[in-house]
Amino acid sequence: MSFRKLAFLLLLSALVLATVVQAQELKIAAAADLNPAMPKLSAAFNRQTGVQLKVSFGSSGNFFAEIRNGAPFDVFLSADRSYPETLEQAGKADQGTTLYARGKLVVWVPNGLGLKPSPDNLKILTSPEVKKIAIANPEHAPYGRAAVAAMVHFKIYDQVKPKLVLGENVSQTAQFAQSGNADAAMISLAQALSDTLKNSGHYALVPADSYPALDQAAVVLRSSQNKQAAHRFVEFLLSPAAQKILSEYGFETHGQEARK
Amino acid sequence: MNWQALVLTAELACLTSFILIIVGVPVALWVAFSRRRWKFLAESVVALPIVLPPTVLGFYLLVAFGSYSSLGRWYQHMTGSTLAFTFGGLVVASVLYSLPFAVHPMVAGFRGVDPKLMAAARTLGAGKFKIYSQIVLPLAWPSLVTGVVLSFAHTVGEFGVVLMVGGNIPGITRTLSIDIYDQVEALNYHSANITALTLLVVSYLLLCIVYSLNQKVILWGAR
Repeated sequence: MSFRKLAFLLLLSALVLATVVQAQELKIAAAADLNPAMPKLSAAFNRQTGVQLKVSFGSSGNFFAEIRNGAPFDVFLSADRSYPETLEQAGKADQGTTLYARGKLVVWVPNGLGLKPSPDNLKILTSPEVKKIAIANPEHAPYGRAAVAAMVHFKIYDQVKPKLVLGENVSQTAQFAQSGNADAAMISLAQALSDTLKNSGHYALVPADSYPALDQAAVVLRSSQNKQAAHRFVEFLLSPAAQKILSEYGFETHGQEARK
Repeated sequence: MNWQALVLTAELACLTSFILIIVGVPVALWVAFSRRRWKFLAESVVALPIVLPPTVLGFYLLVAFGSYSSLGRWYQHMTGSTLAFTFGGLVVASVLYSLPFAVHPMVAGFRGVDPKLMAAARTLGAGKFKIYSQIVLPLAWPSLVTGVVLSFAHTVGEFGVVLMVGGNIPGITRTLSIDIYDQVEALNYHSANITALTLLVVSYLLLCIVYSLNQKVILWGAR
């Protein structure tokens, strides 16, 4: 065999191998509240199917804008059902938005503040010790919208508005408070339970009737090249194994009820 | 068009380039004329923001501003608030971030001043300060303007650092670049376009000033 032929064959096999490897990957756009739970979910899915997940985290609204402009993801995991449903209507996603869990909003304060948040109200946010409150940007982050809704519900929004600082997504919001730059943050329970935050502060659940439900919604994108694996991943999210992981990481799961 | 963001950005950029004249001129003079062996160490520090991604500066500033660092605690003790999420914090970040854009053109300009003139002044008994203020600075003024305009423009174009330490507060830390980002995310392409276009035109005009000035200087020099 001539050198040229050998080189050609090598190149060809490399290409074939590359396509095979690529077929085993799913690109996931995940809402930032999934950040703590994702490694475990990804590992469990990989064990079951051999498919590797490549996950990008960000605010749901950010991904929504990207996907509308043709971002090459296979699955979109939003922290709000309206984004996937709009994508579905616009023909950018396959029919059937799957609601697989519900996110919970918490108030988190660092240990150094010397105050503990109450689970009944948001009064702590109005105390003079709390000078800066981090929330996610309500323009494009569902947790930010939920935070504003809860503050409006407890009639403190106008009072605390000057204290608000906006994180890009709920992860940056948590990091603002965790780094000691904000004195309180309204974030997801999933983040409040993560090791770094658990050890450096206190949290209290915000009453669920004070903000619109943070339905965690999954859709497979129309442009996905791996539809089968993508749909399999969405089904996996409803499986007992995935639901158990999600509830460990601070999501409300209710088995059948989470389905639409 | 978000006028509040426009005004805020202009304020931030003006204040930053003003501070950078005060800070940048001595630094640039030192870099241009010092003969210290270890000068390159300091010179490299000044140039760092060109090389590093803004996230590195943003990350360290956030840590430094926070109440877990002694600097952050000291500032909080003195003023009652943190530096993060304030206009002052953005000014600090912008000064650090735009420092090389002010210093580098100045250094180039100062080095271009004919050393014979400086030597002549020295033989006539002029001190360092007099040489700098009456010979170097007047002769190298276009490089000062370049430094000021570039640091102004660079501050206007700052995004990553502001995103990390700003907290996106309208009227305080929501600059034009952040506003455009927000508009795009919220799918308001129309208003994003208006703001972006304004920024494009203003930046082009600023650069025109810099390059026309440089061209004139070169032409004068050739005459």
